Amino acid sequence: MTLNYISGAEAVIKALVDNEVEVIFGYPGGAVLPLYDALFENKKIKHILVRHEQAAVHAAEGYARSTGKVGCVLVTSGPGATNAITGLTDALMDSIPIICLSGQVPTHLIGTDAFQEADTTGISRPCTKHNYLVKDADKLCEIIHKSFEIASSGRPGPVLIDLPKDIQLSNVKYVNKISKIKKNYNNNSSNIDENLINKVATLLLQAERPIIYGGGGIVNSGPTASKLLTELVDTLDCPVTLTLMGLGCVPNTNKNFLGMLGMHGTYEANLAMHNCDVMLNVGARFDDRVTGRLNAFSPNSKKVHIDVDKSSINKVVSVDYGIVGDCKEILLALVQEIKKLHNQKKIKSKTKWWSQINHWKDRDSLGFKQIGNNIKPQQAIKSLYEQTKNFDTYITTEVGQHQMWAAQYFGFSKPNHWMTSGGLGTMGYGLPSSVGVQIAHPKSLVIDISGEASFLMNMQELSTIVQYKLPIKIFILNNEWMGMVRQWQELNHGSRYSESYTASLPDFVKLAESFGIYGLRVDNINNLEATIDEMINIKGPVIADIRVEKEENCFPMIPSGAAHNEMILSSDDNNKDTSNEGLALV
Amino acid sequence: MSVYQKNEVVEVKTSRTLSLVVDNQPGTLARVIGLFSGRGYNIESLNVTEIDEIRNLSRISLVTRGTSNTIEQIKSQLLRIVPVHIVRDLTLEGPFIKSELALVKLVVKGANRVEALRIAETFRARTLDVTLSSFVFELTGKPSKLDAFIDLMRSLGDTEVSRTGVSAISRGDKTETKLLDQI
Ligand SMILES: Cc1ncc(C[n+]2csc(CCOP(=O)(O)OP(=O)(O)O)c2C)c(N)n1
Ligand SMILES: [Mg+2]
Repeated sequence: MTLNYISGAEAVIKALVDNEVEVIFGYPGGAVLPLYDALFENKKIKHILVRHEQAAVHAAEGYARSTGKVGCVLVTSGPGATNAITGLTDALMDSIPIICLSGQVPTHLIGTDAFQEADTTGISRPCTKHNYLVKDADKLCEIIHKSFEIASSGRPGPVLIDLPKDIQLSNVKYVNKISKIKKNYNNNSSNIDENLINKVATLLLQAERPIIYGGGGIVNSGPTASKLLTELVDTLDCPVTLTLMGLGCVPNTNKNFLGMLGMHGTYEANLAMHNCDVMLNVGARFDDRVTGRLNAFSPNSKKVHIDVDKSSINKVVSVDYGIVGDCKEILLALVQEIKKLHNQKKIKSKTKWWSQINHWKDRDSLGFKQIGNNIKPQQAIKSLYEQTKNFDTYITTEVGQHQMWAAQYFGFSKPNHWMTSGGLGTMGYGLPSSVGVQIAHPKSLVIDISGEASFLMNMQELSTIVQYKLPIKIFILNNEWMGMVRQWQELNHGSRYSESYTASLPDFVKLAESFGIYGLRVDNINNLEATIDEMINIKGPVIADIRVEKEENCFPMIPSGAAHNEMILSSDDNNKDTSNEGLALV
Repeated sequence: MSVYQKNEVVEVKTSRTLSLVVDNQPGTLARVIGLFSGRGYNIESLNVTEIDEIRNLSRISLVTRGTSNTIEQIKSQLLRIVPVHIVRDLTLEGPFIKSELALVKLVVKGANRVEALRIAETFRARTLDVTLSSFVFELTGKPSKLDAFIDLMRSLGDTEVSRTGVSAISRGDKTETKLLDQI
């Protein structure tokens, strides 16, 4: 080996370090052995051994979402790579920056159906922002540096780099990170159109019934964007609602915050969206979970959409003004312009609008009655929130009713503290995601709000949690049902509960004990508070089996195919049959 | 107003010719095509070849059909693809030239052979191969001209057709040199 040359595998690890990677989540195998060898006793990068490659990606997502950094994954070829696909798709849908390194059979065997060969770049093409198959060792370093740029710039997303084993073993000359990006990978112009900002500012100032609707793009833009959004809301004194992905961007305690909007959003948020005259969408994408039936979506409003991804603008909802750019830059320009104009123009009085909104609020759409000894799942989340709000608490969730209850009843005062699978709705996301979050924030309180069915999807990660002594609290709202499926079957399929009962559940307390961690169980409301306290006070990981009311439904709800103003607040409201179009919706 | 309402007023779909400059690397074409199939857009014609060996660039000429909203979506979705550098909408930009090449084999005997040659001459097709029972013609021009020629040939005998798909370029002195330098 000549001086100055290092192995491809060593170059990969060096490039990761150069890109400030501190943690990598992975699982070894034949095609990545040289990389694992390069990681052996490496002091700069900590490798976290997960128990399934899907979990590696979710853990990296949790890490990325709670820190704003790029999450990093290492998997072997064939089954290692295919196992990672769900995670990559999840990251693509929720715009999370991920680098996934996958091993590949040596270049001369590619295409021969070699052992553990899979067309990884082919399979992952539609679920990555970009991917590479490295066939030329000389390009290795450059590709890795570029991948970090691509993953984290513009609208973030996952990038996969497929690394044939011979490339890992070859000699390469290390190439340093190039500081200048050649291409603006997202084609968003950085120069702000002042004229447009002025028009939008004027529109907002003169609106009688404005609403701001914010999404995950604000989280991705960084904490400054959240501060600016809150400033904008306060300056205009206008109502604001957030999507599932955006929760925390405006503190839940802000008096103008109407709660989450969309399918399980609050009555006031959805009706304000329906009846507004000016809507400002910041970093959200008019997802179908948010808009309800499109031809009845906010019919009389002028719409403004700020998004870093040009293709999001006018994709499903045509808007009057589209502004392409990073939320924090646009928000800054907008806040400044509004303050400037504010001196000349008076803000339209919104007294009438607020009294209308308060009227909707009076319906108390999140109200529920905790009667009897059975624990209402809503109460479980409410108590969890009350008892943890003085900690630096990070919440991850799985997918289902518990996820929606968490979004409705847990209050988020800061961005980056709420990790949930929004776009893909991946059951099994929460537990591995909490691993990534706890690794990034060892001192914080990390809770996976889970459903018993979702928990079973990635529960092998208990082993990871124990190995790294991660004090994660797994708060299972155990209703013995795939609750959200059961609810849809009740509402749309005449209560024919086909295959939605979670039979043969394990004893979660014994399961915990078998891993050497604490298991708690509660089924009486009178013991709920004490159990939550106990859970928080235990130093290590805990599984808390919260036995909740089994057939509770999640309300309010916009039934599928319905519009914002056709929300139902309880099962009794569900007197209309779901339309045929509605039945076809997911 | 929402898109949905606009859709109720049936919007006209038009044919658009797009011209893309992309990195000539494996996977780029797959991403472009995957975008069309994955999002339900259609491709009427596609043509790809390297145009710059030093910078390793290819041009994709692509004809698609859709409402103006859909076309705008297609263009911005294409620009999200990392190795796609330039997306030009030639139809929107102004006058442009669209040209295609076809190779047409005709199996024919007897009197129809003269007819075939006469038609080929009228269309200014070149005769590339002759046997006692067949011809291969080469024809370039607008797709509609190629269509007409092929139709006529079909009525004379058994045919086999190979077409390149549309290649397109704008008229006038406008070039992409500046844009390309930024890549
Ligand atoms: C991987 C995956 N498979 C299937 C689904 C469809 N699905 C959505 S919610 C749900 C039930 C979840 O049950 P549980 O985890 O117990 O949560 P609950 O709704 O009872 O709170 C199912 C099966 C999904 N979202 N993800
Ligand atoms: Mg359940």
